[in-house]
Amino acid sequence: MPLNKEIKKVLVIGSGPIVIGQAAEFDYAGTQVCRTLKDDGIEVVLVNSNPATIMTDKTMADKVYIEPLTLPVLKKIIKLEMPDSILPTMGGQTALTLSMQLAKSGFLDEQNVRLLGATPETIDKAEDRQLFKDMLESIGEPVIPSKVVTDMEDAVAFAEELGYPVIVRPAYTLGGTGGGMAATKKQLLKIGENGLRLSPIHQILVEKSVAGWKEIEFEIIRDSKNNTITVCSMENVDPVGVHTGDSIVVAPAVTLSDKEYQMLRTASINIIQALGVEGGCNCQFALHPDSFEYAVIEVNPRVSRSSALASKATGYPIAKVASKIAIGYTLDEIINTVTGKTYACFEPALDYIVVKFPKWPFDKFVYAKRTLGTQMKATGEVMAIGTSFEQAMMKAVRCIELNLDTLNLKKLREKETHLIEEYLHHCDDERIFVVYEALKRGISIDTIFKITKIDRWFLHKLNNLVHMEYALMEGTLTQEKYKKAKKMGFLDKTIIALSGQEPLEKIYPVYKMVDTCAAEFAAETPYFYSTFDEENEAKEFMKQHDTGKKKVIVFGSGPIRIGQGIEFDYCSVHCVTALKEAGYEAIIVNNNPETVSTDFDISDRLYFEPLTPEDVDGVIHTENPWGVVVQFGGQTAIKLTKYLKKKGVRILGTSADSIDAAEDRERFDKLLEHCNIPRPNGRMAYTTVEAVKEAHKVGYPVLLRPSYVLGGQNMIIAYTKSDVIEYMDIITQTELENPVLIDKYLMGTEVEVDAVCDGDDFLIPGIMEHIERAGVHSGDSISIYPPQTLTQEIRDTIVEYTGRLAKELKVSGLVNIQYVIYEEEVYVIEVNPRSSRTVPYISKVTNVPIVDLATKVALGAKLKDLGYGTGVCPEGDYVAVKVPVFSFPKLHDADNHLGPEMKSTGEVLGIDHNLETALYKGLIAAGYEMHKVGDCVLITVKDSDKPEAVPLAKKFIEFGYKIWATKGTAEYLREHGVPALIVNKHDEPSPNTSDLFDTGEVDFVVSTSAIGRKPAVQSVQMRRKAIERNIACLTSIDTANALANSLLMRKTLEDFNMVDIVTI
Amino acid sequence: MERDNMITEKDGHIAYLILEDGTVYRGKGFGVQGTTMGEVVFTTGMTGYQETLTDPSYYGQIVTQTFPLIGNYGLNDNDSESEKSWVKGYIVREWCEEPSNFRSKYTLDEFLKNQNIIGIYDIDTRALTKKIREHGVMNGAITTELPGSMDAFLTELKEYTILDAVKSVSCTENTFYPAAKEDFHVVLYDYGYKANILRSLLQRGCSVTVVPYNATMQEILEIKPNGIMLSNGPGDPAENTESIKILSELMDSGVPIFGICLGHQLLALANGAEREKLKYGHRGANQPVADKPRDRVFITSQNHGYAVVGDTLDPKIGFVSHSNVNDGSCEGITYANGRAFTVQFHPEACSGPLDTEYLFDQFIQMMQQHK
Repeated sequence: MPLNKEIKKVLVIGSGPIVIGQAAEFDYAGTQVCRTLKDDGIEVVLVNSNPATIMTDKTMADKVYIEPLTLPVLKKIIKLEMPDSILPTMGGQTALTLSMQLAKSGFLDEQNVRLLGATPETIDKAEDRQLFKDMLESIGEPVIPSKVVTDMEDAVAFAEELGYPVIVRPAYTLGGTGGGMAATKKQLLKIGENGLRLSPIHQILVEKSVAGWKEIEFEIIRDSKNNTITVCSMENVDPVGVHTGDSIVVAPAVTLSDKEYQMLRTASINIIQALGVEGGCNCQFALHPDSFEYAVIEVNPRVSRSSALASKATGYPIAKVASKIAIGYTLDEIINTVTGKTYACFEPALDYIVVKFPKWPFDKFVYAKRTLGTQMKATGEVMAIGTSFEQAMMKAVRCIELNLDTLNLKKLREKETHLIEEYLHHCDDERIFVVYEALKRGISIDTIFKITKIDRWFLHKLNNLVHMEYALMEGTLTQEKYKKAKKMGFLDKTIIALSGQEPLEKIYPVYKMVDTCAAEFAAETPYFYSTFDEENEAKEFMKQHDTGKKKVIVFGSGPIRIGQGIEFDYCSVHCVTALKEAGYEAIIVNNNPETVSTDFDISDRLYFEPLTPEDVDGVIHTENPWGVVVQFGGQTAIKLTKYLKKKGVRILGTSADSIDAAEDRERFDKLLEHCNIPRPNGRMAYTTVEAVKEAHKVGYPVLLRPSYVLGGQNMIIAYTKSDVIEYMDIITQTELENPVLIDKYLMGTEVEVDAVCDGDDFLIPGIMEHIERAGVHSGDSISIYPPQTLTQEIRDTIVEYTGRLAKELKVSGLVNIQYVIYEEEVYVIEVNPRSSRTVPYISKVTNVPIVDLATKVALGAKLKDLGYGTGVCPEGDYVAVKVPVFSFPKLHDADNHLGPEMKSTGEVLGIDHNLETALYKGLIAAGYEMHKVGDCVLITVKDSDKPEAVPLAKKFIEFGYKIWATKGTAEYLREHGVPALIVNKHDEPSPNTSDLFDTGEVDFVVSTSAIGRKPAVQSVQMRRKAIERNIACLTSIDTANALANSLLMRKTLEDFNMVDIVTI
Repeated sequence: MERDNMITEKDGHIAYLILEDGTVYRGKGFGVQGTTMGEVVFTTGMTGYQETLTDPSYYGQIVTQTFPLIGNYGLNDNDSESEKSWVKGYIVREWCEEPSNFRSKYTLDEFLKNQNIIGIYDIDTRALTKKIREHGVMNGAITTELPGSMDAFLTELKEYTILDAVKSVSCTENTFYPAAKEDFHVVLYDYGYKANILRSLLQRGCSVTVVPYNATMQEILEIKPNGIMLSNGPGDPAENTESIKILSELMDSGVPIFGICLGHQLLALANGAEREKLKYGHRGANQPVADKPRDRVFITSQNHGYAVVGDTLDPKIGFVSHSNVNDGSCEGITYANGRAFTVQFHPEACSGPLDTEYLFDQFIQMMQQHK
C-alpha cells in the first residue's frame, strides 16, 4: 500500500528532557521522522519540551511547540492544530504513555485523531503485564513465571512459591525505575513497596529470576501487510540481571548457533505479528546457556535506545522506515537509501562486529551506589565497530573517555589477587575491568564464568588481549607482532609503552564501509570505520566522489554525560550544515550511536571512531582535510587541540593558543589583568596546609577545585577551615600534578553570555540570567532570557567585557562567558572559547543561527556581512526559561543537593510573553506538580539560609500549606512569626522526617545544608528518602522562591497560550 | 617466553589465495595444508557455517564467509546438512579457537581437518567479496606455496570447471525413511539434498524414499508416491540433461511435485524455460522474496549461482509466483496443471530464516487434494 492519502497532518510527540533511560536516541528518531513525513508532503506539528534537540529546530516541522509534555498541553495543541493523526511510537515511553492516555480517555475519538503505528490495544498488550503474559501464552511463547500483584501480601506469597531470588518490575515506569532483584523477604518488602508506589497504576510484577541467562535482543519491523523483518540481533556481554542499557552489548549475537538464532528470530516475528505493531519493535529474551530453553523478557512496541543502536550498528534507518510504514507504505515499497538499489524489505548482513559500551555518571556522583541491576544508571553510550571483538572492545574503551587505552584500570593494579577475585562478585560499572585484571592474574576462565556468568566466548577474547599485552612486553617487536597488535585494537602509543620499542614501519588504519549488506551490493553510504587491512574504501569513495571542494572535519562530542549532553550534538550538526552550505565537504568523527550527527546522511562522510589523538590521526591521514573544527564538540573535541596543533592541522576558528590561554589559570589571570576585568580573588595551593592558609587570606566562603578539570568536577564551596581540610585530604590522596584553585566565593547573581566573535566584532544574541545565585553550577540553574533584574549599566558592562575579552583572546567563532554580579560589580568567573549548553535554546528564542554564524566566521567571514548585526541583539517579545531536569531516582545514594558540580542530565524550556508564565511552564515541563496534592511543605535549611526561609515559608502558607520544619529551622521560623510544626531529623527517633514522608502529605521539601555528598550524612539520607517517595526536593532557596511565586499565581496550563516557535 | 610462544603457536602457516585474474591474497592456513582449486563464492549469512560447510550445493566451490568471526559456537554432531563437507576450500577472516556453546564439540579447525579441507584466514574478506561482486564469480586456489610459474598456474586455474556435480553428490541407491505416523509417501530426488528437507517432510507425516538423481519415471512410479520432492543441488542446471528428460516425463504423471533450488531450475528447464548465470549469485540468509499470490514478502535463505529466466517460460505452462525483491529474478514457479510448484530459495532453511516453511504445508495440501 502506498502513502495513505487521508493522512495530511501529523502530531509528533517528542520524549522531553534527557533523563537516564531516555536520552538523545529520541532526538535522532524524531529528527528522522519529521524529515520523512515532510518529504511525503505531510504537515508536521511537533511537541517537545526539550530545547536542546535538533528536532525542535524551526525547519524540522511546520509547527514546533516547545511546551510541557502533559495531557492539558497536548489537548490544547490538538484542539488548536486539529491534526488527523498522532505518531506515538517515536518519543520513547513518554510519548507512548501520553498517547495512550489521550486515546483511552476518548479524547482522540472525539477529535477524530487516529494513532499511527500502534493501536491502544497493541500498546496495552505490550505494556500491561497481565495482557502481555496472556498474549505470549496465546501464541505459545514462553514467559518467565511471574505474577502481577497490587499488594505486598500477594507478592510475598508468590515469591515463596517460586523461591528467591525474584525480580520486581513496576508497571509503566521508565527504564525499569523502582525495580530490582530481591534475594530475601526483607529485600522484597523494601523493593516491592517502592515499586508499587512508583507505578502509576500501583501494580508490580514478581517474577522468577533468570539472572545469569544469556540476554539476547532483536529489533524487528513489520508493515501493514504483515511483512516482517529483523534488522539486528544483539547479545549482552552482561547476562540477564543487568539492565540492557547498562550492559556492554555486541551486535550481531555471537554465541548462538543458527538453530538458537532462528528460534529466537522466529519468536520475535511471532510476537510482533501477534501485537500488530506497524513499525519498529524490540524483543528481549533470556536464553538458558546450556539448553534451548528461553523466555521473553520484555517487548517495546516503539523505537527505543536499542533501535537507535541497531540502526547505527547496521546502517538500516529504523526510525525512517518505521515512519514510512506508519503513513501507509509497505516494506517492499521503501527504497533502501544505503544502496539506493535494494528495498527496505531485507535483513542487514554485517561484516564487522559492534560493541556498545555504557557511559555512567559515577565520576560525577562519587558516592552514588555503583551496583548495576534492573534499573538503568548510564546517561549515555558509545559504539565501536571493528573486524574483531578485541578491536571493537579496545575502541569502545577509548570512546568512553575514562582516559583508558586498554582495559587496565590503574586502581586495580595494586590490589591483591584474592581481592580481585572478590570484586568479580560485584556487578558494577567497573566489572569488565575487574574481569580483565582477573585474567591477567591468571584466574581461570571457568572461575570467572562461574562468578560472573559472562559467556566464556567473551572471556576468551578478553584473554587474547591479555596475551597480546604480555607478548608485547616480551621479546622483539617484529613487524608481524606489531601488525597483530594493531588488528587487535592496540594504539601505537600503547604498543610502544608496553614493548619499549618503536615499530619498524608504522601502519595506518584503513576505513571500511558500513553498507547493510556485507558488500553484496555496491553502496553509496559515506559511513566508515577503521581497521587494519589492505583496502581503504574511504579513499576509494573520495576518488569516486571527488567534488573538488575543500574538506573540513568536525569533531563530535562522544557519549552523552552530565555536563556534555545533546546540545553539543546539536552544535556539531549545525556546523556540518553550515559548512555544506558554504561549499565545503563536511566530515564528522563521532562515536555516539544515539545522536543525529552519526546519521549517515548528515555529513558528507561519517567516521565512527574514538576521539583520541591517535584514532583521529588515522582519519586525518586518510582524509587530508583542509581544516578541522573543534569548538562544537564540547570538551571532547577541545581536548584534541594540542595534538592537532602539533600535527600542524589547520584549526578553523579560535586558535589552539587562545584555547590554552582560557584554560591555563596563570595565562588567563594575566589576560584579565591586561583587559582590566575583575575576577573573584583567587589563589593556588598544593598541600592542605597551604590551602588552609590561602583560604584564610581569600576569606570564607571559598570555592575549591583542581585546576586541570573543567565543568565543575570535584568542585566544592568551603565555608570553614574543616571543609578545606576534608576536601584537601581527599584530593591529595593521589599526587597533585596541578594546583588546587582557591577562589573567593561571591554569592551574587550569575549571568551567562554566548557570543560569536570574528576578531573585530562580536554578536551577543542574548544575555541570560540565572535564578540561583552563583554557587550552583550554571547547568543546574534556572536560566532566563532576557535578564529580568539587571540594570542597563550592568548589561552594558557585560556586553563591553564580552567584547574586550573576545578580542583579547582572539576568539574566532563561539565563546561562552560566565559572570557574577556581586554588589553591583561585574566579575568574570569562566571563559570557554567553544560552544555551550545554552546555544541551542538561545538560538531558538532569539532567531540568531549562532552555530551557523560561528562556522562562517571560523571560515573567515565577517559578522558585519552576515546580516545579523554586531553588538547585542535587541530583546524579543518572549521570555524563555530553561529549567534543569535531574535523574536522581535512578542513582542510589547520590546527593541531590545542588552545588558547583553539575548534576542535571537534561533540561526543558518554558516560553511565553512574560517571566511568570514562562517559568510556570518550565517548572511544569520539568515535572513539578504545580497544584496542591498533599497538605504540607518541609523546610530544613542551613543557618545562613534561615532568614530567607521566613518569607519563603510565608508564601507556602499563603498557598495553603502547613509548614513542617526540623528543630533549628522551626525555632527560627517561629521566632519570626511563622507557625511551623517540628519534626525530628532523619537520624532522630521516630516520628521523624521519614515518617512524615510516608504519610504522602508532603508536596515539597526545601533542604539546604552546608555539608553533603556522603550518603551517611543525615541530610543526604533525608533527601534520598524524599526522592524515593517522589517528593520534589528544592536545595536552593532561590529555586524554592521561584516555585512558590509561581504557585501563588494559582493558574493552570489551560490559562496559557501555546507558542509555536516557528512564528517567533 | 612461554607466553610469547602461545601467540605464535596459534598462528597458522602462511597461505595464499590466488584468483584466476592473478590477484594474490596472503593469509594464514588452517584446516589441512595443500593446494585446492574451486569456484570462489561468498555467503553473507552471519550464522550457520556448519550448515554451509555441509550443504552439497557448495560442491566444487571455495566458500568465503563475509561475516568476519566464524566458528564462535563451534560445530556439533546434529547440525550438519549432509554426511560430509563438500566445499573445495574455506575462506574466513578469523576463526574462533575457543568456541562457546553448550552443543559445541569441534572447533572449525578440527572440523576442517577431519573433513580434509583446506582453509585460509586472516585475509581481507571484504575486499575479496567486493572483487567477486565486481568481476563476477571467479575460480581461485588456496595454496601453502606460491607456484613456480604463475602463468601456468593461472591457465590451469581458468580451466577448472565443476563437472558432474550432481552425480558426485547424489546417492546411488534408494533409502527409505519411515515417518512416525505415515500420511503420505514422498519420493525425494537427491541432487544433493539438505537433510532438513528430509526432516521437514518426516515432521509432516511423510515417509520418504530418497532416490538417486537418475532414477527413472518407471522406478519412481513403482514406488507409488503421493508426491515428488526435487531437492537442491550444485552446479549448472543445464548440464543435467538426463534429469531434465526424466522430469519432463514426470510432469505428465499427475504426481504432485515440489522443487527447491536446483530442483526448481531443473523442472523449469524440463518445461522449456531457460536459465542464466547470475554475476555472483545469491548466497545468504537475508534475501527478500515476493510471494505474489500471497501479496507478501518473506526473508529467505539462498544459495544459487544460476536462475531461471522467468519470461522464457510459456505462460500456458506456468507463471512466476515468486520474485526477488532486490533484482527481480525468478524465485518460484507455479505450474498451470495445478500439480507442481517450485522455489529457488530454501524453505527448509538451515541455515537461515524459517519464514517460508509454509511451502511444505502447501505441498502436503496438494498431495492431500490428489491422494
